[in-house]
Amino acid sequence: MMEKGLMDKGSVEGQVVDYLMRETLKTREMWINMGPQHPSTHGVLRLILALEGERIVDTEVVIGYLHRGMEKLAEAKTYPQFLPYTDRLDYISSHAMNFGYVLAVEKLMGIEVPDRAQYIRVMMAELTRISSHLLWLATHALDIGAMTVFLYCFREREMILDLCEMAGGARLTTSYFRIGGVAHDLPDGFIEQAREFCRIFPKKAKDYDDLILKNRIWLSRTVNVAKISGEEALNLGLTGPNIRGSGVYWDIRKDEPYSNYDKLDWEIAVYDGCDVYARYLVRLKEMRESCKIVSQCLDVLEKLDGPVMAKVPKVIKPPEGEVYASVEAPKGELGFYIVSDGSPKPYRLKIKAPSFANLISIPTMVKGHMVADVIAAIGSIDVVLGEVDR
Amino acid sequence: MGVIERKLPDNALTQLIDKVVNWARRSSLWPMTFGLACCAIEMMAAGASRYDFDRFGVIFRATPRQSDVMIVAGTVTVKMAPVLRKVYDQMPEPRWVISMGTCANTGKNFDTYHVVQGVEQIVPVDVYVPGCPPRPEGLMYGVILLQERIDQMKVFRK
Repeated sequence: MMEKGLMDKGSVEGQVVDYLMRETLKTREMWINMGPQHPSTHGVLRLILALEGERIVDTEVVIGYLHRGMEKLAEAKTYPQFLPYTDRLDYISSHAMNFGYVLAVEKLMGIEVPDRAQYIRVMMAELTRISSHLLWLATHALDIGAMTVFLYCFREREMILDLCEMAGGARLTTSYFRIGGVAHDLPDGFIEQAREFCRIFPKKAKDYDDLILKNRIWLSRTVNVAKISGEEALNLGLTGPNIRGSGVYWDIRKDEPYSNYDKLDWEIAVYDGCDVYARYLVRLKEMRESCKIVSQCLDVLEKLDGPVMAKVPKVIKPPEGEVYASVEAPKGELGFYIVSDGSPKPYRLKIKAPSFANLISIPTMVKGHMVADVIAAIGSIDVVLGEVDR
Repeated sequence: MGVIERKLPDNALTQLIDKVVNWARRSSLWPMTFGLACCAIEMMAAGASRYDFDRFGVIFRATPRQSDVMIVAGTVTVKMAPVLRKVYDQMPEPRWVISMGTCANTGKNFDTYHVVQGVEQIVPVDVYVPGCPPRPEGLMYGVILLQERIDQMKVFRK
């Protein structure tokens, strides 16, 4: 560190000063451990930070504290049996996880899903996107120090959970989707309640804006913090709101439309701030866009009748082959890669989890920042350790 | 409670003192947020606007040193188990443990090489809350059961 003396090395004084600095004023990096039991790491993430004073020099991300062996479990389960396990990948947005899995199996088997089921799926996936982003906003704001946002967000989140409960029977881990459609049709009163939610949500979203959008503390904690350029983000394989916060137009719902997304009218939320604040803006806009999609789906569902389940054989035995299907989960691109050997159980099932790829960006983001900014960075990329460790 | 704990004779006076102490203990159960997986989200929901845990005197703390009860919410893995035990050891006595959800109770959903099959292998558990994940009402009922249990505890009397 101190090889370069301040004075000319040739002179005697220079050599003395150089010696003193080398031998007595040694500085070294301090290593501190953060997590896995830490209220701001969103579960069981562990970081090892190398600090110089209060600046971060290096970061190491340690994962594996929630490794449950999902991919290996899949090899021992039949295709329908594995569906409830996908709920527990990203437990905040279980519909989106179901969606990716059933799409992959349907692609493998060549099943045509009825139109009504498609719209129900899209609607539930978007509702769960709002719920996921609400939970993200609640915890992210709580980490940074805004307590009220937490209570506001959970108020609206409970409304979505009520809707999930009406449709699927459970609040979080619903398993509402099935291979070939959805478990059953929407219950009576669902559409009215969902409409009520769509009506009041934009007003409530304005409440969150009023609290923190131009709040001075919020701005100083988020603007120009944990920057990552669009190019870096692409190289690291970031997806979802994180890459859209860096000004890259990438959304699987638009670029490779699946289900009925190409029939709906909505916009991609992109901001080019590259910082925590931009990612916050992206998610806020996405919530509003999702709300738009939900109301469009409700319009269609009111008129559209028909079955919600395709004709699927009782024992699901996909033909030999392999398939990759991906969806835009609230955290980013979620992919399922399935290798089938023609038996009722997958030969190999690989899950491409968005949070896993997003987590890699932490060392790049926080380098050179203060310790306190690590919390903002972790919060802004929205990790869920369930799908990182699987 | 030191040297006189469980030493005094069982009479009307000590019963009254025990009652007061138990009332104080059960009315401010501060849990430590040990959110591990899915159940942690329901635990947060229980603490948030609709279910409002604060009315039971349950206020979530981030550090084991300030907490009385540990809610193990989620899957305990082999890698996480030593951390869990360490945190439990850091909690001051009297301390209780609520095991929330199937993973923490028995681990049965995830019967794999890396999941601890039941958190009672690591820490003593007072209340088990079933469900995958349990609803906030379920956790609330678990806390009420624990409060009833604390009410029955003998502090000073034999």
